[in-house]
Amino acid sequence: MSDKKSIRRKPWATSLVILLGLILSGGGYAAATTTVQNESGAEMIEEGRKLFLANCATCHGMNSEGTEAGPSLIGVGAASVDFQVGTGRMPGQASGVQLRKKPVQFTEEQIQAMAVYVASLAPGPAIPDEQYLDNTGDANHGSMLFRINCAMCHNAVGAGGALTEGKFAPALEGVTEKHIYEAMVTGPQNMPVFSDANLTPEDKEDIITYLKYVEENNSVGGFELGSIGPVAEGLFIWIFGFGFIIAITVWLTSRAN
Amino acid sequence: MSDLEKNDKHEEEHFEYDGGAAVVPADKIEDPGLEPHRLRMTDKDPKAAARAEKQVAAMFVISIIGAIVAVWGYVAFPIVGDDLTNTRNNALWVGVGMALSLLGLGFGAIHWAKTLMPDNEIVEQRHQSRSEPETRAAAVEILNMADDESGISRRKLIRRTMFGALAFLPIPAIVLFGDLGPAGVGDKMRVTMWDRGVRLTRDPSGVPIKASEVTVGSTFHVIPDGLNDLYHKLDEKAKAAVLLVRVNPSALNEAEDRKDWSYDGIVAYSKICTHVGCPVALYEQLTHHLLCPCHQSTFDLANHCEVIFGPAARPLPQLPITVDEEGYLIAQSDFLEPVGPTYWER
Repeated sequence: MSDKKSIRRKPWATSLVILLGLILSGGGYAAATTTVQNESGAEMIEEGRKLFLANCATCHGMNSEGTEAGPSLIGVGAASVDFQVGTGRMPGQASGVQLRKKPVQFTEEQIQAMAVYVASLAPGPAIPDEQYLDNTGDANHGSMLFRINCAMCHNAVGAGGALTEGKFAPALEGVTEKHIYEAMVTGPQNMPVFSDANLTPEDKEDIITYLKYVEENNSVGGFELGSIGPVAEGLFIWIFGFGFIIAITVWLTSRAN
Repeated sequence: MSDLEKNDKHEEEHFEYDGGAAVVPADKIEDPGLEPHRLRMTDKDPKAAARAEKQVAAMFVISIIGAIVAVWGYVAFPIVGDDLTNTRNNALWVGVGMALSLLGLGFGAIHWAKTLMPDNEIVEQRHQSRSEPETRAAAVEILNMADDESGISRRKLIRRTMFGALAFLPIPAIVLFGDLGPAGVGDKMRVTMWDRGVRLTRDPSGVPIKASEVTVGSTFHVIPDGLNDLYHKLDEKAKAAVLLVRVNPSALNEAEDRKDWSYDGIVAYSKICTHVGCPVALYEQLTHHLLCPCHQSTFDLANHCEVIFGPAARPLPQLPITVDEEGYLIAQSDFLEPVGPTYWER
């Protein structure tokens, strides 16, 4: 055990791993994706590398090996970069328990370039195929999967919810189909990973279809009050319901003028 | 003489003691008597009375409109097909209409009584709570007569069997409710569907899970193999629901005797909170914390789900798992302790 550790800690070990990763994934990625198959593939990786060095390397390391300030990006895949940078979470604004959404800092082309660069380091989840993002899945099945796998944190209609020590599961309203898919497949921050072996791409499409259905259709129960459940509803009925009853009681027992 | 003593002296002067139980203090504040009767606007001003009359009539008209609205809502938004918007509109307008018709009638009636009906004040004196001697004597006479006529004192056989019947009356209830207690439950609270060799399958599809499919950072919501074939499957699911997580094996801080309960960083824990039984499934990948949404009990998955915050009293029970020859995850046995919240024997 201790021998293995000491080998891992040799200075050349990281470079070796990265080199291996580069060799393996360079070929693998080129074969597996269409993005890199065009002639600008290598240029795109180079463009992405430059952007990475200028904007990400401070925390993630010059070779994406990770530092104390940020995790390694080797093997996180294009989907992870597209989600984190595409929703504005990266580059991180301030350290804390959870990185928040903010205005996106890069153009779509720049994000793609960085995604391609990071994906070229080692294989990882790719940016999802358009066919899973057109909301043509089974919303009913998606609703069931969402309730089992997601609703405990994100709320039954995706309104979001609190976690421990200041962390929270964000509301899913208004999040694009692609970003929802990428979040499931990569598990950003404290969210667990839902790999394709757990929820197949079709399952993920069903879940996204359900979320978009909820977003586009009115709530059946009337006022949603933020869809956050008993706290908001209780507060409403305690203030307005009981307030009305008390007002009636006061009027009932008062003398006529 | 201190102020306190002075005060005592002062009090004594104003109290009259007698030998009886009641101490009747003299009133320090004079009885103000009844307020002078105040005439209402509607009594003084015929115009105000006419206005009140119109107001009452308006409330009754609102009541009529409400009833019509309720009927209109029911007819205009029939609950047909899958469009749930109709259900909402139907319920909304029927409810609003019925509320208006009931409230309009009630408010109108009260407003009528308060403003237009006679405003006479009546004084009624309290009477003593002890009845008059004649009434008391009559009551005793009635009781004696009942005793005499029914013969309950005389007919000992009837009296005793009646008391016997009354004593036996609650016995069926005791026996029936007895089954709610520990004797009737048996081992239901201790035993779940998990057993040696039962495969871990996905909720809700029941598809078995291979260890290789559980990537680091993944969570699977797990039910035992065969659960979907049961008729009362929710009864079993309520006890057997499991959360499967794979973490980096080096992050797990496992006890010596439980090292073989996990498989290469894959751990399975009961999803039923040990506080009051809510499903604990809010898993944070980076901190390895499991949070219960009901009362914020937090369990540290890396340390055998020990409680690190909140009202839960004991860690989540761990399901010992391993893999079979085909690579599927299976249970080594049932849970080694009862799942869920505390009960009488736990």
